[in-house]
Amino acid sequence: MSQLKFITRYASIENPLDIEAYLAQGGFSGLREALTMSPKEVISAVKQSGLRGRGGAGFPTGVKWESVRGDTERYVVCNADEGEPGTFKDRYILEHTPYLVLEGMAIAAYAIGAQLGYIYVRGEYPHIVTALSNSIALSEKLGYLGTRILGSDFSFHVEVRKGGGSYVVGDETALLNSLMGNRGYPLLKPPFPTEKGLWGKPTVVNNVETLAYVPYIFMHGATTFASIGHPESPGLKLYSLSGHVAKPGVYEFPMGTTVGELLQAAGGTRGPLKAVQIGGTAGPIYDTSALGYALDFASMRKVGGALGSGALVFMNTSVSMVQVLDVTMRFFAEESCGQCFPCRYGTRQLAFMAHKIASGQGKLEYLDFMRDIARVMVGASLCPFGQSIALPLETILGGFGDEIVSFIKQQEFLKEVAV
Amino acid sequence: MKDVTLKINGNSITVPSGTSIYMAAEKAGISIPSLCRHEDLEPKGACGMCIVQIQGQPGFKRSCVTPVEEGMEVFTTTAAIRDIRRGILELVLATHPADCLQCIKHGKCELQTLAERFEIRALRYDRYTRDLPVDASSFGIVRDMNKCIGCGRCVQVCNEVQTVASIFFHGRGSNTIVSPAYGSSMGQSVCVNCGQCVVYCPVGALYEREAIEEVWKAIDDPQKIVVAQIAPSVRVAIGEEFGLAPGELTIGKLYSALRALGIDVVFDTNFSADLTIMEEATEFLQRLKGAGPFPLITSCSPGWIKFGETFFPDLLENVSSCKSPQQMMGALIKTYYVESRGIDRESIVSLSIMPCTAKKYEASRPEMNSSGSRDVDYVLTTREIARMIRQVGIDFANLPEGDPDPLLSRYTGAATIFGASGGVMEAALRTAYEMATGKTLEKVDFTEVRGMAGVKEAEIDVGGTPIKVAVTNGLGNARKLLERVEADKKAGHSSYHFIEIMACAGGCVGGGGQPIPNTLARRASRIEGLYREDRGLPFRKSHLNPEIKGLYAEYLGTPGSERAHALLHTHYTKREQYMVVPT
Amino acid sequence: MNPTNWGNTHHRNPQSSTKRDTLLSVLHSVQSPQRGKTWITDKDLSSIAREYKIPIAELDGIVSFYTLFSRAPRGRHVIRLCDSLSCRICGSLDIYRHIRKRLGISRGMTTGDGLFTLEIVNCLGACSTAPNMMIDDQLVSGVSLKEIDDLIDRLSKEGI
Repeated sequence: MSQLKFITRYASIENPLDIEAYLAQGGFSGLREALTMSPKEVISAVKQSGLRGRGGAGFPTGVKWESVRGDTERYVVCNADEGEPGTFKDRYILEHTPYLVLEGMAIAAYAIGAQLGYIYVRGEYPHIVTALSNSIALSEKLGYLGTRILGSDFSFHVEVRKGGGSYVVGDETALLNSLMGNRGYPLLKPPFPTEKGLWGKPTVVNNVETLAYVPYIFMHGATTFASIGHPESPGLKLYSLSGHVAKPGVYEFPMGTTVGELLQAAGGTRGPLKAVQIGGTAGPIYDTSALGYALDFASMRKVGGALGSGALVFMNTSVSMVQVLDVTMRFFAEESCGQCFPCRYGTRQLAFMAHKIASGQGKLEYLDFMRDIARVMVGASLCPFGQSIALPLETILGGFGDEIVSFIKQQEFLKEVAV
Repeated sequence: MKDVTLKINGNSITVPSGTSIYMAAEKAGISIPSLCRHEDLEPKGACGMCIVQIQGQPGFKRSCVTPVEEGMEVFTTTAAIRDIRRGILELVLATHPADCLQCIKHGKCELQTLAERFEIRALRYDRYTRDLPVDASSFGIVRDMNKCIGCGRCVQVCNEVQTVASIFFHGRGSNTIVSPAYGSSMGQSVCVNCGQCVVYCPVGALYEREAIEEVWKAIDDPQKIVVAQIAPSVRVAIGEEFGLAPGELTIGKLYSALRALGIDVVFDTNFSADLTIMEEATEFLQRLKGAGPFPLITSCSPGWIKFGETFFPDLLENVSSCKSPQQMMGALIKTYYVESRGIDRESIVSLSIMPCTAKKYEASRPEMNSSGSRDVDYVLTTREIARMIRQVGIDFANLPEGDPDPLLSRYTGAATIFGASGGVMEAALRTAYEMATGKTLEKVDFTEVRGMAGVKEAEIDVGGTPIKVAVTNGLGNARKLLERVEADKKAGHSSYHFIEIMACAGGCVGGGGQPIPNTLARRASRIEGLYREDRGLPFRKSHLNPEIKGLYAEYLGTPGSERAHALLHTHYTKREQYMVVPT
Repeated sequence: MNPTNWGNTHHRNPQSSTKRDTLLSVLHSVQSPQRGKTWITDKDLSSIAREYKIPIAELDGIVSFYTLFSRAPRGRHVIRLCDSLSCRICGSLDIYRHIRKRLGISRGMTTGDGLFTLEIVNCLGACSTAPNMMIDDQLVSGVSLKEIDDLIDRLSKEGI
């Protein structure tokens, strides 16, 4: 049993809803093991494993679980509002290995003392909403979810909720807000959801992939997980590769695999490689020098970037960085929630300027203006969404500045600036 | 809770635990700029202007929502902070129409003030505006969303304070706009016209629907006789528009000012406040005799009336049938007054000067025409009349004390306290007591029902009967109280005999038409001014008003008479709260 | 002093005794592609507002926040074309221009026969098969322009 392939192994089960097939491959044995431990011991194991949130923020999962305090009414919420462009690993997990997520949620609920869990699935994955309800029903039938799980005193019910279409709702406080039936506004932290989350009760929000890796810790041991990859960012990771690459798709590799190694596994680029965006639209864009970058939270931080969701979008030399700037700034403007001034107004101005540049009406001073706006947004945005615009903007202007400057100077315009 | 000592800009200050950095700085004499924060409202952290730097913590923190901590070292203004604040202002100004000169808030706009403070001399960014039509569909309030900066104060006031919820954020990102439901306008929505959104809006996006030009026209028309009435709350607030202190009584100057404007006849709504008490105390005693329905609920706040019609239609039978003082006066002007002077009713323009935007709505209600035409033709808010006075160039603060015209202007202390929350209740008790017992009421002050608290309760002995009363101000508080009343009603009993409801916090002194800043602190000062006047007046009980006695003797007969009912009483209409466009 | 949510339906407000976590699901169900109704009418809004005891302005505010809901009438079939980075560099604009020409509408518009509404959306989470779009609840991935034409033909034949 290779311990370097976990999720992808379960994903190869032909019928994802077949719970017997899941069980036959050791499914729910992690939960069984966790239930022999005390909740405190479970949290300790997750801490020891070094598992960090796989949604993008990379917060240590065990520490998050440990920080739950206060009311005895508690919740576990699975963040399945995958919206980071270039990222499709959560879709992959939910389509192919839903039971892993349910098992992870059950372990989390046991650890923090939650009775009810929600899976918030983005509205653009409606088939997953249906399939998940079926998986939950099947799990309950066999006693892996529901009342008195596996004959223990622990009960945990899971319900599925559908999102309405909003990227920013992927932020954990915005997600809880949306789950409560409100506009998806992120909320100021503190208070943290682990103290005051859903309806003011302690809530743990974890990404799909994070929860899918939790059973690993109890099947193969925390130290095993911790020994893979980078010591500060260990374990396995699902990387989403797309763009101008020969074999786009989901690749499971140890944390710290380099960009080049992944590219090789995916058959190399289609056309000469020009740039790669790491971690999604809120992630840095690098030229070919990034091939040697190790893809884990700690190493990416060290080079001034971020791993984010682990998405990799490869761009060949046919791609104009002005186009990338235009598409990226437009994304932020369309997805800003609009609650705070810096982001509501800043993203709009940035999108204007990027679009003006792309339409052949750019001015050199726009580049300075854009940097200024980014500084305002980093300093005064209410939530990480607004702050995250700096990474893509700075890396495009920094790494590909010459291309953009000459584009502006020559008053070029992109043929394809239609939308 | 312990006190906390921290350093702000190098200076030590001690504040109670739980204080925000913003408030601590204010205590230390430092005014941190903000566009969305208001001292009366809960901070939401929308604008980002109030950011500060804290030693040992990375980045910037919003001082409005960050509590102080022992030993904190805060810097409220560094080069980086100034840079970000200017950046935010530039971004906001780039979306804001550049027509300050034509804007109603020119000179009083918080955005203008900050732009000036930060010396934004030029805009680097391309301007973009919304090009939205102005929504003037409501009688009381105009919405110009082109100027909205999205601070959210109006949303907070309407939804969380007043619990009317006629407007909310719509859309997302920079397309976010504040509006009623899509397809509906302000006039079609559940908006009660209380105008609290107007008094908290920092810019010119929300303002009163003005009647100034129409009133000038009437004044300039030699065929028209303009007859004005002035609400109690105006006399302790209008001075603020001319540099005087909130609460300073300036009624004499106001009479003079109105004459200087060219208004022909000046009456006083306080007269009809006394009248309202006559009718309402009578109504109350009738209910006492006849066992209900209880509680009797006051009806002089049109914002409350529309709120009740919309959200508590089952309680409409409890509401007093009395009109508000404004409407009673309007009806009498076009009947009693014109008949007594032999004037043609058609030549009268009935004008009222009110602290209230909902009064504009009230005056337009279809049933408010018992005189045969509109009982009140135009309503001017305190702010509007102040503008007219300024337009003419009158030095208000130095005007001589003037007098009103006789017949419909004398008033007692009971009338003038109508502007304060609890004033109607107190006035009614003063008269009801003497009406019911036939004895003289020695202790005239009912302090239990006074003050800014949201709900005040008391039990008053009226000739052996304990009367349970409640007074509430602010519609959110009213809602809580009325939910209890409704529950009681379903259970077949009532906890109260008599309830006073005012839509605005503090009562009418905090109305949507009052001078801005219209903070809770100022409202409290205005209230004090009213009680001061009450204490100094020769008569403090409505039924002792000689002009009131004359009105009944010569014209109305007795309180509750047929003529009184025809002119001074009204009815209500159930309204739908969940329709996008009510049919 | 922790800032609470906007609206008078915060969890601690007694008015919100009904838990609103099912609200988005109900809004989805009202917009059911199976019944050919792809938007939320005034009547829908009123009845949901009444059921959940949410003020109508706030409910409309909630609806208008999310991309998937519409308060204005839309076509029988809603085409959502992704134009985020992976799809853009894999040819989303070619598809957009093709559909625009074929149906005669641009983004945000509905065909005169009421059959199709074309929307441009952000990442649909299927980037490995870019360019992507959704038609109603179906993901349509990495298809050729010819296959798109065939799909439109088939749906047009089915009619309203």
